Amino acid sequence: MKMNKRLFKDFLFKKIVILFSIITLIPLFLILFIIVKNGVSAINIDFFTKLPKPPGEKGGGILNAIVGSIFLVIIASILAIPFGVTVGIFLSEVKNKFTETLKVLVDVLQGVPSIVIGIVAYIWIVKPLKSFSALSGGVALGLMMLPIIIKSTQEALYLIPFSLREASFALGTNYTKTILKVILPAGLSGIASGILLGIMRIIGETAPLLFTAFGNSFLNLNPAKPVDALPLVIFNYAMSPYPEWHKIAWGAAFILILLIFILNIIVRKVIKRWKVQF
Amino acid sequence: MRKDRFFKMVLWVSGILFTLIILSILIYLFKGSYLSIKTFGLKFLVNKIWDPVNEQFGLLPFVVGTLLTSIISLLLALPFSLSLAILLGVFYKKGFLNKFLSYATELLAGIPSVIYGFWGLFFLVPIMRKIEIKLGILPYGVGILTASLILSIMIIPYISLISKEVINMVPQDLIEAGYSLGATNWEVIKKVIIPYSRSGIFAGVLLGFGRAFGETMAVTMVIGNSNFLPKNIFSPSNTMASVIANEFTEAVKDIHLSSLIQIGLWLFLLSIFINFIGEIVINKMKVKGEK
Repeated sequence: MKMNKRLFKDFLFKKIVILFSIITLIPLFLILFIIVKNGVSAINIDFFTKLPKPPGEKGGGILNAIVGSIFLVIIASILAIPFGVTVGIFLSEVKNKFTETLKVLVDVLQGVPSIVIGIVAYIWIVKPLKSFSALSGGVALGLMMLPIIIKSTQEALYLIPFSLREASFALGTNYTKTILKVILPAGLSGIASGILLGIMRIIGETAPLLFTAFGNSFLNLNPAKPVDALPLVIFNYAMSPYPEWHKIAWGAAFILILLIFILNIIVRKVIKRWKVQF
Repeated sequence: MRKDRFFKMVLWVSGILFTLIILSILIYLFKGSYLSIKTFGLKFLVNKIWDPVNEQFGLLPFVVGTLLTSIISLLLALPFSLSLAILLGVFYKKGFLNKFLSYATELLAGIPSVIYGFWGLFFLVPIMRKIEIKLGILPYGVGILTASLILSIMIIPYISLISKEVINMVPQDLIEAGYSLGATNWEVIKKVIIPYSRSGIFAGVLLGFGRAFGETMAVTMVIGNSNFLPKNIFSPSNTMASVIANEFTEAVKDIHLSSLIQIGLWLFLLSIFINFIGEIVINKMKVKGEK
């Protein structure tokens, strides 16, 4: 009888665990379902090619936000990728007390709430220039991307066997060339997926853009002027009282999710194929 | 050789530059909040009035809002995260279900917070409003509980992924020893796996907490943005992060802006503290797992 009780407890426990795990996924499907349902109907060619219209008028698109998001990601990438990869190489090549501290600092930056990053970019750039700007938004997003790139570079290089380096040295190659032409290409798959993960994280970030990129209902490619971004459009339009604007926000949310989904697939499928096998 | 020296120098300069960036974040946050620190001193932390018009600034309502939303969301997220971790780490270590659930969890972690907020605003808020009407309370819809619900959905992936990794670190021979004594799954989990990975799971929870208290957009959209001390878990409130998001661009007075920056400074310090403890616990766990 006691045995049965134990087995029953085990059975019950397993069922509860499965039930709870399935419940966890319900919000995911609800979110995806509602976004696809409301989003698809909002999307047409105008949505990608027109600027927003004032409330009350039908039609209009979010070209400004799409271009702005791409612009911001480009600025952030230019600032963060070369710098981040260099710091990553430094962390994997040099081992001393300073690099140990540096690793902790990378974790610190990763844990900083995104709104605080926004404040910092505001103090650094918006205040001195006295204007909201694409540049300040790009700096904020670059700061958010930096720890991801550093960590993935460091981890990718860490996995490369020492024999590869010895082989390069044995051929008479100097240190700089060994790192840049042998080690770095061998770790390219890991670094590239780190960069894409970084882009995936920043493309949906809203909080650091609220008082840096700020938003702009016109097309802008001047880094000193404010720009719009997809997540900003979602936020501003969702909080507005106009149903037409809500519809546009659903469309923007759909595009954003789609973008993230595509990036995710690229990370999983394409980048893995580049991976050098040892 | 000279080229090598130059290359090494570039590496060192990048490392030093990164350190300087972190230092300057701290310095500039401090500088930005100096006016507010000088004016209010420590009273800033305990004052329960936040009134930009009369230049009265106190952090207390937001501390309470932040703590309530974070703790409630953690309590809500914990059973689900642990279930998911146990399912992926013990019951289904391989196979289709594992792949499917892992991928879904990853996807859940990748959804931007503004989309969670948007969904919460148009899906969860009306439901909460109906529940509040049934309970006979003022039907705001928005409020601490709504924000906590959204937050818990957002932090489940983080806690469960870390807990799963920690559970995978439990030595296989310990688990097999348990089974060889005739223990059931439940007994092995309760007597072997959970005690062994307790500190690691704690670290996961801590990091989940770190995400919850710094989360801005989703909370801002559903918490109701009220600067008063919340009366109960249904009342509208504000968290430290959401008040910054709400008022930063509207702050005209220097003292208002400075006070908001001071909130940012506290968020920064708190996030460092939480990450620090989390890392220490996880590193300890790693050493133990390698033995």
